[in-house]
Amino acid sequence: MSWRQARLVAHRAETPTARTLVLEVPGWPAHLPGQHVDIRLTAPDGYQAARSYSLAAPVDGERIEVSVQRVTDGEVSPFLVDGYREGDPVEVRGPIGGWFVWRPQQTEPVLLVAGGSGVVPLMAMIRARRAAGSRVPFRLIYSVRTPDDAFYTEELRRRVRDDAGLDVAHVYTRQAPDGWRGEPHRLGLADVNTHGWPPELEPLVYVCGPTGFVEAVSDLLVGLGHPARRVRTERFGPTG
Amino acid sequence: MGIVTPGFQGRPRAEAPDLPPGQYLTPDFPVLSAGPTPRVPRDTWEFVISSETGTEYRWSWDEMMALPQETPTVDIHCVTRWSKLGTTWRGVSLDTLLDGVDTAADYALAHSYGGYSTNLPLEDLRDGQAWLVHTYDGDDLPAEHGGPARLLVPHLYFWKSAKWVRGIHLTVEDTPGFWETAGYHDYGDPWREQRYQGD
Repeated sequence: MSWRQARLVAHRAETPTARTLVLEVPGWPAHLPGQHVDIRLTAPDGYQAARSYSLAAPVDGERIEVSVQRVTDGEVSPFLVDGYREGDPVEVRGPIGGWFVWRPQQTEPVLLVAGGSGVVPLMAMIRARRAAGSRVPFRLIYSVRTPDDAFYTEELRRRVRDDAGLDVAHVYTRQAPDGWRGEPHRLGLADVNTHGWPPELEPLVYVCGPTGFVEAVSDLLVGLGHPARRVRTERFGPTG
Repeated sequence: MGIVTPGFQGRPRAEAPDLPPGQYLTPDFPVLSAGPTPRVPRDTWEFVISSETGTEYRWSWDEMMALPQETPTVDIHCVTRWSKLGTTWRGVSLDTLLDGVDTAADYALAHSYGGYSTNLPLEDLRDGQAWLVHTYDGDDLPAEHGGPARLLVPHLYFWKSAKWVRGIHLTVEDTPGFWETAGYHDYGDPWREQRYQGD
């Protein structure tokens, strides 16, 4: 798998600390929602640093999207969020990963559970479902600290309205918006029961977020009777 | 040298330790796995080496703990690019477990509670290069890091150090495991940066 030169062609802020980058990558092969890419930066003295980022959107010719959360004291993410300018090059290779993927041919109901910036590969699945005209029922449970920390808020609102069979529930852990029922809390059994699918429907479940979140949610799901093999996880380390 | 990205400086690198290419140092211990963490009680735990002729060699938890124990301190390198230096483990050398196993196999397929597997050449499990470990940094190995016991093969990328390991099939032919089928490299040498198939 070789490194390809890419160029930033557009960007948009997702939150005060996260930005979506649209990269043009000549020769980019197709990818599946859920896969990730490596992005490599080179300094003038030849020093290089590379990190992995989930793809945020389905195949669109030679354009790919990633949404990057700034990690405090990180080496790569602060530059990608705050310093990287339109037209400038980076190197990209991928797509990578063959397990944490959703294929539009799949027919079982899907439950997506996201913690923080873990929503990125799940958003790629939601967008791919729409792009493929799939009618598979999708539910997203999205845990964020505060409303300001949520990615893709407007688009998700629009998709719930326009994409038949898509439900989205937010859970707030620190501060909830006005009108939200309940107190801020960590995602728990009641949330998964209320907003997820029962195991009898044999859904495929994708969980993505920080390690502690993924551990807690996947333990809950197994406890509720979801077979471990139907719970696919992707965990974020401190990948700065 | 790659394409310079204007404005990118990177961290100060005067004191950069000797890491494999593309790796960075972390003081934390991140987790990479593909599904829920299996919970395996020690009283039903067993470790089985099966040879290419079908002969099985079994150890219960107590039998494994009664074998000679070693305390390796090693550097570990994850394919997701973090490296952690000087980690200390306790467990049984694979040389001890393979001693007395009659085999002419060239490959090993480590398989785990939870269904995961990873393949590696058998010679990479010998000569003081690999352990079955149950203790990390003086404490019982936590389940999310592969407890009650995992493989430790530190000279290869860390996914080869199968978590929740249940046994090893010795095979004449190389058989890609779960991670390798999902696109990771068959061998996974961090110093040659063999991350993905084709590297």
